Amino acid sequence: MTDNQFMGLSPQEATLRVEASLRQRRKREKRFRLMGLAAVALALSFLVILFTGILSKGLPGMFQYYVQLDVELDRARLDPAGDLSAASLYSGDAEALILEASLASIGEEEGRKTKRALRKMVSSGASIRLIEFVQSNPQVLNTKQTIKFAVDDDIDSFLRGFIDRETPEKDRRIDDLTIDIVDRWQAAGLISYELSDYLFFGSASRDAEMAGIKGALIGSLLTLAICISIAFPLGVAAAIYLEELAPKNRWTELIEININNLAAVPSVVFGIMGLTIFIVTFGMPRSIPLVGGVVLALMTLPTIIISSRAAIRAVPPSIRDAALGIGASKMQVIFHHVIPLAMPGMLTGTIIGMAQALGETAPLLMIGMVAFIVDIPAGFMDPATVLPVQIFMWADFAERMFIQKTSAAIIVLLAFLITMNAAAIALRKKLERRW
Amino acid sequence: MILRLAKATTTITVAALLCTPAMARDNVSIAGSSTVLPFATIVAERLGRNPAFNTPVVESGGSSVGKKGVCDGIGTEFIDIGNASSRMKTGELEYCDANGVKLTEIKVGYDGIVVANSKNAPQLKISRSDLGKALTAKVAVNGELVDNPFKTWSDVNPALPNIAIRVYGPPTTSGTRASFAEIINEKAFCGKDSEMKAALAAAGQKAKTCRAMRTDGAYIEAGEQDNLIVQKLQEDSETFGIFGFSYLDQNSDSLQGAQLDGVEPTFEAIADGSYKASRALYFYVKHQHIGVVPGIQEYMNEWLKHWDEDGILADAGMIPMPEAERDEMTARINELPVLTADALK
Repeated sequence: MTDNQFMGLSPQEATLRVEASLRQRRKREKRFRLMGLAAVALALSFLVILFTGILSKGLPGMFQYYVQLDVELDRARLDPAGDLSAASLYSGDAEALILEASLASIGEEEGRKTKRALRKMVSSGASIRLIEFVQSNPQVLNTKQTIKFAVDDDIDSFLRGFIDRETPEKDRRIDDLTIDIVDRWQAAGLISYELSDYLFFGSASRDAEMAGIKGALIGSLLTLAICISIAFPLGVAAAIYLEELAPKNRWTELIEININNLAAVPSVVFGIMGLTIFIVTFGMPRSIPLVGGVVLALMTLPTIIISSRAAIRAVPPSIRDAALGIGASKMQVIFHHVIPLAMPGMLTGTIIGMAQALGETAPLLMIGMVAFIVDIPAGFMDPATVLPVQIFMWADFAERMFIQKTSAAIIVLLAFLITMNAAAIALRKKLERRW
Repeated sequence: MILRLAKATTTITVAALLCTPAMARDNVSIAGSSTVLPFATIVAERLGRNPAFNTPVVESGGSSVGKKGVCDGIGTEFIDIGNASSRMKTGELEYCDANGVKLTEIKVGYDGIVVANSKNAPQLKISRSDLGKALTAKVAVNGELVDNPFKTWSDVNPALPNIAIRVYGPPTTSGTRASFAEIINEKAFCGKDSEMKAALAAAGQKAKTCRAMRTDGAYIEAGEQDNLIVQKLQEDSETFGIFGFSYLDQNSDSLQGAQLDGVEPTFEAIADGSYKASRALYFYVKHQHIGVVPGIQEYMNEWLKHWDEDGILADAGMIPMPEAERDEMTARINELPVLTADALK
């Protein structure tokens, strides 16, 4: 045995052995990297599929077809009482004026069949639009005005090519006469394809062409406002108490376990609690954002407490010690040092909790917020629904145009969520302090 | 700063919560069947266009939620009107009586239940009895009740196509499912088929046993989303789906309804009763709330304007009642007779 032997191998053999094992190690590392890369690629491709699916369906849903009609705004017929009040305009003859205008647009005066077809071709909300237009511009009365009205959802689907002209007439949603009128409108250049104002400024409607998300969006905002104003102060206060002030004993341990358990409770349970406590016991009305907000606050509370506690724990003890060392009281340490430093973490937790609350429908089912609500809520006590509920309801209606409106609403909800998450990141970046 | 803000908001919220008394409601509150919902919402929206009234709030939940919810009690925290796609049972009415709730029953129209498939495949022509035989969980084989053994439609009846039985349909919570099981499985198949009757008697079972649908993959529950079933059928031409007539009506260019006993599921055939798979749609209105919550009477009157053959409800797929029945219901809306157990028998 000479000195330059290693584990009974000659130097050459040892080098070979090491090189071989090294090669294998590198190969293994490469394989591991590739696996990681593949996982990321897979996740990304799912995201891409999801987004292209939603965007390809949803973007067309942001647009819809309008028809342009010259309406004779005869005051005596539109506003019989002559005071431009809502009641007077409602009792007026807006619908007949629009029908006459659409008859004139195809150059016909009479014809029962044509009238019947036309009545179903312009959106049933056209009279509301006309009334609103007259209310905000009274000077147009007794003149002839060119106004754009949404076409009925069946016509919209036809113009998009979802209803095939070649299908036999009896299998089609629209008859030959209607198609003929659409052709004449198109030839006269009266049809236009524009960004849908109904989608953003309209409320829930059973007429797909008029349906919009404004009511649900405001409902969501009202509900979240209640939710954050309850959950944030309560959650932060609870976290500070548990982390800084509470004695460490069996009771606080029990509370801690329960908070963690609460975070895992299915959200529908909170809805049942909301029903029995707020609606049945306190006699609050159903379907209002106040109750919805409280229920969602209870649901997000554990999330906020847990993340706030983590943020407080992340504040280095040296800062507390230094403050105490120069004579600060316990309260001064907490309010002057710990909370400002923990705030970014607390806010991130809160915003993530809010984003979760924004997407919830299950807890709202029991308290009547999963409902068809047309009137736009004006306050915390008005019946309201929220965005995800609106999406859920639209997805189930039989009319075809609702499919695109559903995807368009999903885009709005996603944009909302992304904004909230971006705000969370921006806040953290801005307030974060490193030590 | 943030803390002061937080303090202020908490104070406000707590104050708001404490100062909330049991308050009056100024919108009609409706809940119940998801089959009635598309029509009830149309009527509600039309009423809401009148500036004198708020738009009624219409919640979903299913027929049982409608019938139970309206009977839960008197007071504005409870709903005013319950929608249902199946008639109230005497047991459900007893719950109402126990809570002191007085109701009037209004029938608003009919909904056809269709079995449909893609237009790319041949139309199914089937008898109701065979349809029940294909989908009931337990059938008679050699005089004994066994798990349904039929794999293909031609196993049920050699005249039917030789493709696997695969039918998408609603889950147990659905009124459509309950009606289908009652009309097709229980009445048309178990109530008529002599072999089945004998086997049921031998096993000591009632015809109600037949309401169970197959669970071996021939009948597939597709959730309450009928649009999902429609999509499935458009993609796979060998499958069938069970849903309400309005979905067939909206997709008549790509889907076709199966003939039941030689009758096509058309608007006219459902309306005149020759197409047998249909059920009535109801709402139940609570007397004690009329005059307390504004708009209930007007909501009922709004139905009258839209429920005939040319109305917007027919356009949305609801099958109107014959004129005599409409007149009867109009009288009920005006006179509001109290629903009694005798009337339900």
